[in-house]
Amino acid sequence: MIDFAFFAEIIPTLLSGLPLTLQLAGLSIGIGFALALLLALAQQGNHRMLVWPIRSFVAVFRGTPLLVQIFLIYYGLGQFRPTLQAVGLWWLFREPYWCAIIALSLNTAAYGSEILRGAIQGVPGGLVEAASALGLKRLQILRLVVLPLALRQAIPSYSNEIILMVKGTSLASIVTLMEVTGIAQGLISQTYRAVEVFVAAGAIYLTINFTIISALNALETWLTPYRVRA
Amino acid sequence: MTDTLHILSVGKGGWGGALLLAAGVTFALSVLGFLLGALFGAVAAGGRLSTRALPSWVAKGYGTVFRGVPDLLTIYLLYYGGSIALTEIGKFFGSAGFVGLPTFATGVLAIGIISGAYQAEVYRGAYLAVDLGQFEAGKALGLSRFQLLRLVIVPQLMRHALPGLGNVWQLVLKDSALISVIGLVELMRQSQIGAGSMREPFVFYIAAATLYFLIATVTGSVFRYGEARAWRGMVHA
Repeated sequence: MIDFAFFAEIIPTLLSGLPLTLQLAGLSIGIGFALALLLALAQQGNHRMLVWPIRSFVAVFRGTPLLVQIFLIYYGLGQFRPTLQAVGLWWLFREPYWCAIIALSLNTAAYGSEILRGAIQGVPGGLVEAASALGLKRLQILRLVVLPLALRQAIPSYSNEIILMVKGTSLASIVTLMEVTGIAQGLISQTYRAVEVFVAAGAIYLTINFTIISALNALETWLTPYRVRA
Repeated sequence: MTDTLHILSVGKGGWGGALLLAAGVTFALSVLGFLLGALFGAVAAGGRLSTRALPSWVAKGYGTVFRGVPDLLTIYLLYYGGSIALTEIGKFFGSAGFVGLPTFATGVLAIGIISGAYQAEVYRGAYLAVDLGQFEAGKALGLSRFQLLRLVIVPQLMRHALPGLGNVWQLVLKDSALISVIGLVELMRQSQIGAGSMREPFVFYIAAATLYFLIATVTGSVFRYGEARAWRGMVHA
């Protein structure tokens, strides 16, 4: 019933797209996290000139489809080629690879900054007061008290965001990048066997996601040794 | 600037009308997909909450697969898988070419299946949030299982479900842009067509982003209004 020979044939082909999928996900999650942290911290000061543009950036990137964002950066900015060449950024916006990474990073930075903002605000004020009573400076409080607690608090929500990003890398195939989903689509139109290709490609994504979730759960447990889990 | 205004105008030679119409398709696609997803989600939540192994196992598998696999892959499965099946049937009846599935219906089905996986989690959580005493009181009144659900539990469950449903709706609206890959002329596809034909991708994708943003903002406030209404007269934190 199940055609194992066919699976043995398509799985290596699909796996050849795995490095690209992992690169897109890894780079954009990393860049996005750094940006998200900056944006979340910048909003703590409540400077209106800082908070307002950040809120708008977040609203725009959360309120529009990722696909539109990718197209806007890849095709839309391509329209300004002479200007981009003049400022020396054309090499970046010429490549679908970098455009996809820019779009994915900005997108996840918008969602991530909201998660981190909430987590930072969730740190009890008494802890911050206690830290300053101990004579810690502002940066020390941030580094030693607020961030460790906030980041641990953010792990469950942030792992959801990471899964969404792994799934989001599939949109890169629409701008010609042959990652796992792009290869899957090619295989379907060659072999006319949509179900088998879906099962094989889906299994690759589920494995990635399962690995990430397990790793982050382990990280959370490791950071919370005193908390007994039900 | 005047060029841009002309391109996006609703009148003759302008693309405004086509874009607005396409935004209507996006909206209809999203609403129907979301409603179908509510049906799938409710059934799957029922399965998850069941004490029997098989329904619970099937519902869990459904949620894991369609929340873990890229939506684009699900869309390809439904469109190509369905079309291939249809082509085979066509061959049997003597038709030679490739028979494509109707794209709008496929889009609604895809969004229904994907959003149903997310909605199931929302309904399950909301069901568990309803006070146990409500179930007991309903039983004490002699309501049948179905009456208990319809008259007592579901109205209260919706109160807890609305914020989560609002999130899923936003997800659905943005996901609907992916249906453009199977050729349905919704907002995303119409912008691509316009961008290609006028050679002004920036203008068209900004216009598309603006329309998506507007739909998301307006419908978001509808959800917030519904939430306020659902909680009226209730004391809650």
